[in-house]
This record gives sequence, structure tokens and C-alpha cells, in this order.
Amino acid sequence: MNKKFVLGIYDDEDVLLTAIENVRAAGTKIYEVFSPYPVHGIDDVLGIKRSRLPIAAFFFGLFGTSFALWMQIWMLGFDWPMIIGGKPHIALPSFIPVTFELTVLCAAHGMVITFFIVTKLKPSTKVPVFDKRSTDDKFVMAIEVKDGVTDLAALNDLLRTNGAIEVNQKEVLK
Amino acid sequence: MQHVSPIREPLVTGGKTYHDITEDVCRQVEARPNMRWAIALAVALVGFAIFCYSVYRTLWYGIGEWGLNKTVGWAWDITNFVWWVGIGHAGTLISAILLLFRQKWRTSINRAAEAMTIFAVICAAMFPVLHMGRPWMALWVLPLPNTYGSLWVNFNSPLLWDVFAISTYFSVSLVFWYIGLIPDFATIRDRATGPIARRAYAVLSFGWTGSAKAWSRYETVSLILAGLATPLVLSVHTIVSFDFATSVIPGWHTTIFPPYFVAGAIFSGFAMVLTLMIITRKVFKLEDYITLEHIESMNKVIILTGSIVGVAYITEFFIAWYSQVEYEQYAFINRATGPYWWAYWSMMTCNVITPQLFWFRSIRRSLTATFIITIFVNIGMWFERFVIIVTSLHRDYLPSSWAMFSPTIIDVGIYVGTIGLFFTLFLLFAKFFPVINMAEVKAILKSSSEVKPHHQRHTNTMHGTPKDSNSNTSHSNE
Repeated sequence: MNKKFVLGIYDDEDVLLTAIENVRAAGTKIYEVFSPYPVHGIDDVLGIKRSRLPIAAFFFGLFGTSFALWMQIWMLGFDWPMIIGGKPHIALPSFIPVTFELTVLCAAHGMVITFFIVTKLKPSTKVPVFDKRSTDDKFVMAIEVKDGVTDLAALNDLLRTNGAIEVNQKEVLK
Repeated sequence: MQHVSPIREPLVTGGKTYHDITEDVCRQVEARPNMRWAIALAVALVGFAIFCYSVYRTLWYGIGEWGLNKTVGWAWDITNFVWWVGIGHAGTLISAILLLFRQKWRTSINRAAEAMTIFAVICAAMFPVLHMGRPWMALWVLPLPNTYGSLWVNFNSPLLWDVFAISTYFSVSLVFWYIGLIPDFATIRDRATGPIARRAYAVLSFGWTGSAKAWSRYETVSLILAGLATPLVLSVHTIVSFDFATSVIPGWHTTIFPPYFVAGAIFSGFAMVLTLMIITRKVFKLEDYITLEHIESMNKVIILTGSIVGVAYITEFFIAWYSQVEYEQYAFINRATGPYWWAYWSMMTCNVITPQLFWFRSIRRSLTATFIITIFVNIGMWFERFVIIVTSLHRDYLPSSWAMFSPTIIDVGIYVGTIGLFFTLFLLFAKFFPVINMAEVKAILKSSSEVKPHHQRHTNTMHGTPKDSNSNTSHSNE
């Protein structure tokens, strides 16, 4: 089934933020907003919740710490104990650097992989983009059109009165 | 909420609009390679060929091709390793620590600096791997049971810590760099006209569309990665310094090493970033993005770290005398007045004296002077590592084993070769990847541009939405 969208094109971040607020206040659901760079304050006006990725990073890091400690203690302390430089088998101070590095390694990579999965980022040769200018210099507000429900003329007016420089329609093949 | 003082110098000059930024940065990616780039690449490839030949000789005939001897078992190779790793510190420092300190001037230099980091770490890794003599056995540095029996790697050894530190640093820096590249690849993808370019950059862009939700997560990921990379970057050279500091060799066995090495790494890394950026901004006509303000800021970091390094040299000398340890004292007197006095005084001149010229504002803001001084710093930092490694080893406790080190042509070849490898990679990066982070520069454009791009703004710009027009968008955690 094809989906239809109305795209409001903006060329300024402040106008965009005000427009998002007014459009939402008018009861219109915004499908998505595309911008060439992270617009500060857009999370609040769009109602995007704080990402939980830092929590994920913490647990990946915790896994890294415990894995590194377990690995070193088990290998040198239990599996094949050796006396090295007169140190005890489980010489915790010498285990700190590797533990730290593995903590960072697991936290960073775990978080980034999670980010790719939840944001659905993966390599592909075709990327559906609503308006190619949204990665250059324009801000694009996409609103889904439901046949028979959405009043296109009113929507057009709403977007234009809120500073859209263009209002376009776009059909996306599913 | 951010407040930009009106007396701050603009970070982007020339009254650029968002579209101008895209055009200026994408220009060299989309244009055909020009003559200057091709010549530079040819020269770099000659260096790379020298590298390949020297590596072939090293692998085919063995480590005997190098100038090492029984007394000086670490010399040229480890000097180059530490030199390259040190250079590799600036990129992550600029992108991570300056992000946490909210230094907006990082935005137009972080991309190239991070690329430099990654390529420098690749060059650095060549040396310990080649020094193994049989690099195909390199997997034994990982915690594998020995001959798949039961012996494990020695976790008490700083050389093993290095394995973990360098590989973590390399992979995390690579990921940090790549995350930043994704939105810019999307920009290039959406402008691409050729089918190959469109598909290639589509794959590289990971399907990025720039939706608000994705940007929100992107910013979170960048912030957390910066938080993780900051202690990481400090840990890497700390652990490299442990290679020396945990030994009992006079001249190496000092507690001052970790901070001293980290400061030296930042010092040499910033010098290399400046050397490269002064050329890049000229060749790619990016003077509006990498301004004198950027160069001056980096020069200030060079004065600071250069002075820390200078104080460290003097402290080492003082402690050698104050410790009243005969061997320690000899090691330092021998450094300054022994057969390698020229290396020591090259180091002192290049690292301690030349950067002090940056106290003069006119020198700090002069491109020619900056370029020359950064070359001096690069040379000085190479000598620092040479002095630490070779002068400490060549005369140890037993005078009958004293020896001198001189590099062979193969030693020199590998070193010159890694410079060729580095520039080959950097030139390929500069041609096919956006050298400036377009998205981040666009994000600071409204607050830090010389001329207002589109519409009215007050002298004291709020980054984001002005309070009077929208009351719901104030955000304190920008």
C-alpha cells in the first residue's frame, strides 16, 4: 500500500521549532522531521523521550569489567597459576589496565551496535529520502495523509502560515 | 542554553549559508582529482613502496636487517611506535575532550584530526608487529592458550596492556570517527549524480535520513563515546609509558612518565594536526572554516603541553640528582653530555624552546611561523623518544656491554615508509571523504558565523530558539 505524505519545507531552525509546536497544538500528528544537523530543542517540541542508550552503555561496560576480571583471575589464578615476578597469582593491580580497556571496548561497541539496531541503520544501496535537500540546507516536516480524513488545503495553510517555504506532496511506495 | 560573547571571534568566516558549507566541503569529493593531489599521492606512494620493500627485507632476512644489537634491543622501531601513537592522540583529544569542554572550534578540525589519529595508529602498530619478527604469529598476543594447551598470556606485563590499549583505542576511535561521518556521507549521497558514487555513499551512509529521533540518539551516542574516549586517550599513552616505567632501567624507571608521556603525545599530535591543516585548508580552499582563530587555539594547546613537557625534562634531571642514585644520575648526565648529546639537545631545542615563541600573538597567528614551529615539534618529539629509549639502554649497569646504536638503511626505510603510508591514507581520505564535519559546522553556524546567514539575530545569540519566540524550547543540557 502506498503512503502519502505532505512535506513542509523550512529553511530556518527557529522557524521550524515554532512551526512544530503550532502544528502539534493544532492537533496534527507529525510523522517525522528531517534536518541536516541536530537541532537543539527539537526533542522537547516533538516529545522525543531521552534516549536510554547511556543505560545500555553502562551495562555493556559493566559486562566488560566483569568479563575482564573473570578472565584474568581465572586464567592466571586458577587455570594455570604461575609465579611471575614474585607477585601473587591474582595480582589485582596488574589487572587494572586490561580491565579498564575492556570496559571501554565493550561499552563503546555495545552502545554503537545497539544504536545501529534501534535506529535501523544498516548499509544498503537504496535509501528512501523524502526530500534530498534535508541533508543539505532544508528542514523537512513530514505529515502522513490519510485519505478522506486529512484536509489537504487546511494542512497546506497551517504549514504555510507557520513559515514553510514550500509544501509538497510525496507518495512512498511500500 | 549557550551564550556566545560578542567579543568572541567568529569560527566560520565569509558569511556562509548552510548550502555554502555543503558546497565547499563536497567540492573536492565530487570534482575530478586535481594535479596537485595526484602529485602528492604519487610521492606518498613512493614512500609506501619504500615501506613495502623494507618490510619485505625485514620479513625475508629477519630482524638482523635492523640496527639493533644485544645492548640496544629497542631503538628505532619503538621510537617510531611511540612517536606515531603520540601523534595519534590529537584526534580523539580534539573530538572527545573538546566536546566535553564544549569547545565549538573543534567542529571544523575534528574530522581530519580523527582521520589522522586512525592512520597514525595504523602506522604505529606496524612497528611492534614487525619487531615480533614473525608477524604471522601476532595472534599469540591475544589471550589464547599457548599451543592450545593451558599457558596464558602474562597479564602482569605492560607489553600486553599495550595490546589491549592500542587495539581498544584504534577500534573506538574508528567507530567514533565513522559515526560522525554517517550524516555527511548521507549529504554526499543525496547530491551524487553518478550511479557508482550514489550507491557507494548510500552504503557508507548506513541509510541515514536525518530524522529527529535518529539525531537525538546520534547526539547521545556522541556524548557517551566522548565520555568513554576521554579516559581512553589518557590511558593509552599512560600504558605506553608503563612499557618503560615498570622496568628497572635507569632513565626509564620514573613515576613521572605517565603524565609526561600524555602531555608529550598531545603536544606532538597537535603539531601534526596543524602541519596537516595548514596545507589542507590552503589546497581545498577551506580558509573560512579553519580560520586563524582555530590555528591560534591549537597553538595555545601547544604552548601548554610544550611547557609541561619542558618542566618534565627538568624534573627528571632534578630527581636524578635528588635521588642520589648513582646509575640514575649517570643516565641523565650521559644523555646531556654523552655520545648522544646531539639528540638530547635537538630534543631540548625543538620541544622546550621553539614552542615558547607562541607566547607572541603575531607568531601564534602567523601561518608560516606556525608551520615551521610544528615541524620542529614533530622532529623534537621524535628525538625525545629516541633519547629516552636509546640513551637509557646503550650504557647500562655493566660497562663491558656498552654499545652504540646506528640505524640501517632498512630501519630508515620502514620509518620513511610509514610516513608514505600515512600520507597515502590521508590523501585518499581527503579526496573521497568530507574533510570537515558538515553537520557539526552547520549546527554552530547560527551562533558562531561571521555574518548572520538568513535572518535577524541579536548580538548575544542563543543557540537554539530565542526565548521570546518560543518558551517551550529552553534546554539546559545543550
